[in-house]
Amino acid sequence: MVRPTEVEEGEDKAPVLLPGHTFASITDKISGLVLKRPLHLGWVAGFFVSFMVMQGVLFGATYLFVKGVGIWGVNIPIGWGFAIVNFVWWIGIGHAGTLISAILLLLRQSWRNSINRFAEAMTLFAVAQAGVFPLLHLGRPWVFYWLFPYPNTMGYWPNFRSPLVWDVFAVSTYFTISLVFWFIGLIPDLASLRDRTDNRFIRFTYGMLAMGWRGSARHWARYETAYLLLAGLATPLVLSVHTVVSFDFAIGIVPGWHTTIFPPYFVAGAIYSGFAMVLVLAIPIRKFYNVKDFITDRHLENSAMVMLATGLIVAYGYGMEAFMNWYGGNPYENYLRWTRLHGPYAPWYLGLLFVNIILPQILWIRRIRTNPVWLFLISMDVLVGMWLERFIIVVVSLTRDFTNSAWGMYYPTRWDWAVLMGTLGMFCALMFLFVRLLPMISIFELDTLLPEAEVKHK
Amino acid sequence: MKPEPIFGMMAEFDTATDIVAAAERTTEAGYKKVDAYSPFPIEELAEAIGFHKNGVPLITLIGGILGMCGGFMLQWWINTISYPVNIGGRPPNSWPAFIPVTFEMTILFAGLSAVFGMLVLNGLPMPYHPVFNVPRFAEVTRDKFFLVIFSSDPRYDTVKTRAFLESLGAKSISEVPS
Repeated sequence: MVRPTEVEEGEDKAPVLLPGHTFASITDKISGLVLKRPLHLGWVAGFFVSFMVMQGVLFGATYLFVKGVGIWGVNIPIGWGFAIVNFVWWIGIGHAGTLISAILLLLRQSWRNSINRFAEAMTLFAVAQAGVFPLLHLGRPWVFYWLFPYPNTMGYWPNFRSPLVWDVFAVSTYFTISLVFWFIGLIPDLASLRDRTDNRFIRFTYGMLAMGWRGSARHWARYETAYLLLAGLATPLVLSVHTVVSFDFAIGIVPGWHTTIFPPYFVAGAIYSGFAMVLVLAIPIRKFYNVKDFITDRHLENSAMVMLATGLIVAYGYGMEAFMNWYGGNPYENYLRWTRLHGPYAPWYLGLLFVNIILPQILWIRRIRTNPVWLFLISMDVLVGMWLERFIIVVVSLTRDFTNSAWGMYYPTRWDWAVLMGTLGMFCALMFLFVRLLPMISIFELDTLLPEAEVKHK
Repeated sequence: MKPEPIFGMMAEFDTATDIVAAAERTTEAGYKKVDAYSPFPIEELAEAIGFHKNGVPLITLIGGILGMCGGFMLQWWINTISYPVNIGGRPPNSWPAFIPVTFEMTILFAGLSAVFGMLVLNGLPMPYHPVFNVPRFAEVTRDKFFLVIFSSDPRYDTVKTRAFLESLGAKSISEVPS
């Protein structure tokens, strides 16, 4: 585990863990949030509202099964619409969780220890939302398993030269690895919950999930090795996932899509929106669950700085995209640059530049970075901005391709909105269940932040 | 009725430093069948009870290699033997296009091997274990550290082992019924 002594403590920075805690107090506080905390009206109301909003997916999907994809605004020439916009957006949000849990672990950033658990949960839930869209967009969702290579009576196989098939493998691998990474991290904490309760049912449930974890030194040694290896594997994986997602576009020849800058620019955008979502979740959680001693101002400020940095990479991506459209001398690419600025979607594009690039620059001011209210607002703004970015990329290129007989406009229908809102509801409902039923902060990893966790040699 | 056989002798410690020192002295005293328990990972503790190498990295490597070869061979076999389709004149074995899926399969198999390899080597899931019979042991997931000398150790002796654990400064000592 990462120990704080290995990390240089900035003198004027807030601590990663407020002083006064012991192993016992950390365990009691976090397990108490699950076992002792009474059911609050706020939680019930929040869960209820999310659950109601989630019905958007259920109704939207049901009606889609009945009528077909025609209920959405997608039609030739814009065959990709909201489904792909939302898919790319949700997958991107997931990326911050893996960045925090895997990449920051390898980089020995001990501040990650208090936010990695719920960031990983966020990853899982976000990827689950992302999965909804391509499945519904298939046209015949009930034969989704045709995407996988399996021996079948039709005598066919998937086309492995297609980036859409790469996507299937990338996203399903990403979901699987994120799930086991998250679950493995939970095992010692589930054992903690098992040992903190007298209720037989709760004890049995957490006991079964903890698989009989008993904290043996041999087990810990193998556990740590497996955890580190998983982090090492998840690091290239997370970079590959959004790279493959960007290949869906970059491998095509449509103007605005066919560019080599897409993979790094997509990955940076993914982390940008993901950290925004981490802040959107962390700020209310630390307030309502009173865990400001674990999720300190330091975490908020660090996340804000990651957002600022990745936001600048995204800005560079926009700039370079426009520059290459012009410098490349391809008339279609150059026309795309013009149409983004002056075409029918120009207000959206200009709005994107303002929301995603200009506004977040106020994060340079330290007072804003350390102010939770401002951070929350900026993070919401970035989430909207990144959604707009995906909209611009997917839709504008399709509305204006090589010949003007193939031009068109895209108008999302109420069912497009219903499914998008429904996935937001499902995401929130899952997060509500998560903070209620599982330890939202990693107990054993917080323990290792205490100076007492260090073995002193005589 | 036969008397309950004894699984071992358990000693409780308060700090990470104490348990590591105690574990070191236990192995120095010649005890071989020993285990130590802690609420969080302590690298030195595994060393102290003589556990130096674990099999997880090798299993992960083998899993990764199998995933890589399996992923690539599947695509190669499909595109050259089972279902060769001429798409724009590309060769059937157009291997650069197979790299993304090969990469994903490598990660998938290596990752699952690391997880399941770790669980299998640890003997988990194991809902019942004799150490859980000691009520104090519930504190191991909170803030206490435990050292157990198994009764299967040739040097185990009810009286002498207890005296030895007392000499290590244990906070409490109990026999673990099996």
